[in-house]
Amino acid sequence: MPKISMRDALRDALHEEMARDETIIVLGEDVIAHGGPYAVTRGIYEKYPERIRQTPISEAGIVGTALGAALCGMRPVAEIMYVDFITCAMDEVVNQMAKIRYMFGGQTDVPVVLRLPSGTARLIAAQHSQTLEAWFMHVPGLQVVVPSTPYDAKGLMKTALRGRDPVMFIEYKRLYTNEGEVPESEYTIPFGQADVKRAGQDVTIIATGPMVGKALEAAETLAAEGIEAEVIDPRTLVPLDKATIFASVHKTNRVIVSDEEVKRGGASAEIASLIAEECFDALDAPVKRVASANVPMPFSPELEKLVVPKAEHLVAAVRELVG
Amino acid sequence: MPVEAPSADTLKAIYTRMWRIRLFEEQAEYQSSQGKVMGALHTYIGEEAVAVPVCAHLQDTDYITSTHRGHGHCIAKGADIKRMMAELFGRATGYCKGKGGSMHIADFTIGMLGANGIVAGGFGLATGAGWAAQLRKSGQVAVCFFGDGAANRGPFHENINIGAVWKLPVVYVCENNQYAQWTPQKDVTLVTDIANMAPAYGIPGVQVDGMDALAVYEAAGEAIARARRGEGPTLLECKTYRFHGHNFGDPQMYRSREEIADWADKRDPIKRLATHMQEAGILTDAEDQAIQQQVAADIQEAVRFAESSLYPTPDELHKDIYSYEYA
Repeated sequence: MPKISMRDALRDALHEEMARDETIIVLGEDVIAHGGPYAVTRGIYEKYPERIRQTPISEAGIVGTALGAALCGMRPVAEIMYVDFITCAMDEVVNQMAKIRYMFGGQTDVPVVLRLPSGTARLIAAQHSQTLEAWFMHVPGLQVVVPSTPYDAKGLMKTALRGRDPVMFIEYKRLYTNEGEVPESEYTIPFGQADVKRAGQDVTIIATGPMVGKALEAAETLAAEGIEAEVIDPRTLVPLDKATIFASVHKTNRVIVSDEEVKRGGASAEIASLIAEECFDALDAPVKRVASANVPMPFSPELEKLVVPKAEHLVAAVRELVG
Repeated sequence: MPVEAPSADTLKAIYTRMWRIRLFEEQAEYQSSQGKVMGALHTYIGEEAVAVPVCAHLQDTDYITSTHRGHGHCIAKGADIKRMMAELFGRATGYCKGKGGSMHIADFTIGMLGANGIVAGGFGLATGAGWAAQLRKSGQVAVCFFGDGAANRGPFHENINIGAVWKLPVVYVCENNQYAQWTPQKDVTLVTDIANMAPAYGIPGVQVDGMDALAVYEAAGEAIARARRGEGPTLLECKTYRFHGHNFGDPQMYRSREEIADWADKRDPIKRLATHMQEAGILTDAEDQAIQQQVAADIQEAVRFAESSLYPTPDELHKDIYSYEYA
């Protein structure tokens, strides 16, 4: 199987789906020049000049316009250059996009995909390094997708582009260049289906985004000590595959939930709460969270490196639970 | 390109629809006073000469976006008043199955993309609707109704700029009723003529007397034709006035009884159109009576329909959040 980067996997998904469905259209800041800041939209303008628009710096306008087009028969994919900038369009996301199906009694589909580059990269400090999955999870009507591998990214993007509901598609910037096996043949990955990235029976690590790779790294370290960790990537936070998560908890009786979000009120808090509520009797130890420090992202490399958890933090957390 | 003057039939249709809005909302206020319509109720009474003549130029395949004061836009676009009234009553037969209420009535089958509880919430939707129409080369247009208050929000700027630079078939129609809820426009904006903001976006700005259905019909006709020809958006400002408060029950301490009477008694858009039609010999007293009686009967039927409809059942709570059931 060929190995490609997550960036290429996402681009392939867009190109393949645009060839299949002429209602898919693309918009965002700088998405034509250089093929977009992340090169994910590269080549679209050359193939479909009518179906991609480079917008002014107007996040509310981008999301609003995408949404309006979606209500009128199109399938827009909007790139928000940094997830941090979605804050400028939160009315459009929260009050409009998420609620239109419900408050109008199910009259319309709302097929919008917002691509949201997230997380730390190249020391870009507090307004360009955030993760906001928990914000989106808190709003009924939004779907929240967080791929951790090129394979998942492509399959999930294809599902997003064929769906009927809004998708907040979280793309961790640091993962764009990570390579992984992606088949050339057609496939999709349904939402709400977690992936067991590694099987084990001693402890469950539920991880998303960049923490999946770190969890696998931690699992190798732990295996050398005779501790077999099961690593589960939910892949979509909404809808969430509770069945796979709960089954693993019942098997291992010990759980760590890990993501790159600020720990307070993060996605890991929601998953930990669900486990505490629904699997209490299966637990041999408290549910632990390994997530980012409760701080705005600092600039200095000496400070930034203290914020996002590393594999060693997962290893330490597992030792506490199992020890 | 001059807009053809409306035919006698068109004027009668406009006149009838203006009465439909007036009597629907008077009835809604009455039902609210009786506790049967609950929640917020923002009436369009006094502004009928804006939405109706504008929508007279639209087909079911054209799009409009609306505001929290949306009943008038729904009726102008041809919505079913039975399902509207049922929605106000919170019943399962309402447009939104009772999940929306007064501020969220939509009818996607006639291009009515929803009343909107967020001031300026319609700009993006209309601009995107225009983009879809442009891509399809369908000749469809989108009309964005908004108030003077919305012109002070960011989406006004962001979306009109996008609509202008992409030359989208959108008409941005400002219903300048001079009050943002309780605050007079002149207290919060130095530029009180919203049409004067159009040159900043490189599009035409047109101002018209929003109490004059004929003037609105002509100006909207030009703007809509221009949009259909692919020449881009127009900002059309209609100077108008809300005869009732911001919402039903508003004590209106912020404006004088004399000011309200000056507009409601002297500049009622329905009376004005009636006078014009009578003078033109296309509306007899008997016809006028018949129109009003028919509309009143339709409203009564809508109330009966709403009252006899069932409330939504609890299983509806978790439906329509997504295309699949997930909560």
